[in-house]
Amino acid sequence: MMKQQQEYLNEITEIRSLMERSSRFLSLSGLSGVMAGVYALLGAAFAYWTIYQNDYQLVYRRVDLGETNTINLLILDALLVLTLSLLTGLFLTHRKAKKAGASLWDKQARQLLINLMIPLFTGGILSLILLQRGYVGIIAPLTLIFYGLALVNVSKYTFTDVRQLGLIEIALGLISCVYIGYGLLFWAIGFGILHIAYGLLMYVKYEKGKQ
Amino acid sequence: MIQNINKAFESRVRLGVMSVLMVNEKLDFNALKELLQLTDGNLASHLKALEKAGFIDVHKQFIGRKPNTQYMATQEGKKAFLAHLEALENLVKKSKKS
Repeated sequence: MMKQQQEYLNEITEIRSLMERSSRFLSLSGLSGVMAGVYALLGAAFAYWTIYQNDYQLVYRRVDLGETNTINLLILDALLVLTLSLLTGLFLTHRKAKKAGASLWDKQARQLLINLMIPLFTGGILSLILLQRGYVGIIAPLTLIFYGLALVNVSKYTFTDVRQLGLIEIALGLISCVYIGYGLLFWAIGFGILHIAYGLLMYVKYEKGKQ
Repeated sequence: MIQNINKAFESRVRLGVMSVLMVNEKLDFNALKELLQLTDGNLASHLKALEKAGFIDVHKQFIGRKPNTQYMATQEGKKAFLAHLEALENLVKKSKKS
């Protein structure tokens, strides 16, 4: 009787694992989250330096974002962070997939990417339009909110922890809507610190000691 | 006690095919092969059996010049699979008590 029970349990476990493996992308590397966070913090430090470099006096923190040069430099900075994060993420994820003998570009990966890109592109384009009109202060909250929505959207195609991260990003974005002017700080928390924290969490949970 | 344990699902492979077709709308032959790590012949014969039982639908099509066969679970197949799963769970629960 005991042996039979074990057999049925094995069967159920196998079914569950097959369902999971066939519908979720599980090669996502936690380390890529950590690296993305590091890039974001460096990018934020650079942005801080760019914005406040002419700020000698200890009077008001007068932020001059009016100059097109500064704006362009900041956009370039953000794009550089994004590109570096994506490339590192792709590299690390490819490495993890190879180790696990899974293919990188399968149906699960496509689902993940497409569903990530829909909210992300919407947010990106909206941000660019608003930037053109001079609504600089709203950009940081908006990018955080749309990034959070994108993460919640893809959480059903990968690790469930991503959903929680997405919800926190949305909350952070909404809070930063109230404290406009501290956008860079919220940005550094949302894209830097949270990425590092969740990247480490997922690395320890799914990768460490399992390779 | 063995009621609802479906004969068609006695094979690990068939159970595996149904499991992945429960959570994916449709999958092609190669995707199934990769997921279940089977040889062509082995997978094909089990797919035939499931098709005969009316548990899966088969759609043949061409992508460019390459033939591509898509498989999806039928309503009947889904029902049978869920009943089988429930029966398995009940068996485990019962034997835990005894």
